[in-house]
Amino acid sequence: MSASHSTSPVASDHQAEVVARVKAIESIMIEKGLMTTEAVDRLAEIYENEVGPQLGAKVVARAWTDPVFKARLLENASTACAEMGIGGLQGEDMVAVEDTDDLHHVIVCTLCSCYPWPVLGLPPNWYKQPAYRSRMVREPRKVLREEFGYAIADDVEVRVWDSSSELRYWVLPQRPEGTDGWSAEQLEALVTRDSMIGVGAPKAPQAAA
Amino acid sequence: MNGLHDLGGKDGLGAVAPPPEEPVWKADWEKHAHAMFPLAFRAGFFGVDSFRYGMEQIEPVEYLTSTYYEHWVHSVTHHGVRLGHLDPEEIEKRTQYYLENPDAPLPEGQDPDGELVAFIEAVIPAGATAARPGDKAPKFAVGDRVTVVNEVPKGHTRRAGYVRGRTGTVIMAHGEMIYPDTAGNDLGEAPEHVYTVQFTNAELWGEESAEPNGTVTFDVWEPYIVPATAQETAA
Repeated sequence: MSASHSTSPVASDHQAEVVARVKAIESIMIEKGLMTTEAVDRLAEIYENEVGPQLGAKVVARAWTDPVFKARLLENASTACAEMGIGGLQGEDMVAVEDTDDLHHVIVCTLCSCYPWPVLGLPPNWYKQPAYRSRMVREPRKVLREEFGYAIADDVEVRVWDSSSELRYWVLPQRPEGTDGWSAEQLEALVTRDSMIGVGAPKAPQAAA
Repeated sequence: MNGLHDLGGKDGLGAVAPPPEEPVWKADWEKHAHAMFPLAFRAGFFGVDSFRYGMEQIEPVEYLTSTYYEHWVHSVTHHGVRLGHLDPEEIEKRTQYYLENPDAPLPEGQDPDGELVAFIEAVIPAGATAARPGDKAPKFAVGDRVTVVNEVPKGHTRRAGYVRGRTGTVIMAHGEMIYPDTAGNDLGEAPEHVYTVQFTNAELWGEESAEPNGTVTFDVWEPYIVPATAQETAA
């Protein structure tokens, strides 16, 4: 069992119970032909190695270097991403929102944990937990500043997108200064998961050097 | 339902405390719990709306203190039992067995042709859109001022408490999509037009309490909103 949880006896009893319960349900589903460990392993492999924020980074870097593509992305993110073979579950209908000098976007799901899996992979735990879900619509500047070390200037509007429907929003961050002449491949390395959620800036060019 | 899952704007829930890095899965069981979502969907346990409603019915203290994938397991169990796919006594019996025999293996798979792996490989890139393009004329357009109806249904809904009764501006129109207030309550897809409505922080939290220079957008289905003028002038 994972050692990442508290080691108190109560917590480890609870973990043992969860592990046993998942196994119990899975055993019934396996016997009914509804589930196999091979299917579990394949799904895990896809979200560990194939679908993650590296895909969103490719889309962002292309948008930073190809204005015609960027226009298509902002018009319809799902069809633009599909051109690059990116899309699918929990991102069937995506909307990319562009940061500008006057406007900063950030995404949240207050009612559950909706997140654009095809471009960002599976959400980090903090995104799914009550603190982020409750506070991001009420005090986004404070959360960004105090929890993510990301201060947004007073004259920049903070726009929070609460993903209450099946639309999946994500952020097209601003291209970092000092990257003139960089190729899309070079720029990809600057695009972080957090910058596409809106809780961080892309990396500075020095960081990739 | 006016449940505890409706967290937008609640205070006192602590720090976000994002760690610098974390693995995709905190423990092996999470992979299995995750895989149950597409596989139980395939088996007819739920659609995404009823899957969410299953999580909303978790006992409130447990909802706040248990993890995301525990919520998923709860909903898989809720619907599996409700629809007769899973026998609750059998779940308890086997849970006890695996607690006492943590190293006991799972049964042999019953999928010689690899149909379930093929399903996973197909559904992840294809998805299952909720869009249902139709010929129903939209009642609202971008730029309209609208007020969220102050209606609090008992079943599944996406009418978050913090936007009910609030007035904002339609900034996007998305066409017809599956309506969660029916789909999540076993009443069919009944598609409705979806709009993105933008609210000022002051409208949501009051002039004195709101952060300056900020807005929140929230997606609504057409029955959630009415033209603003009637209610704004009445207020």
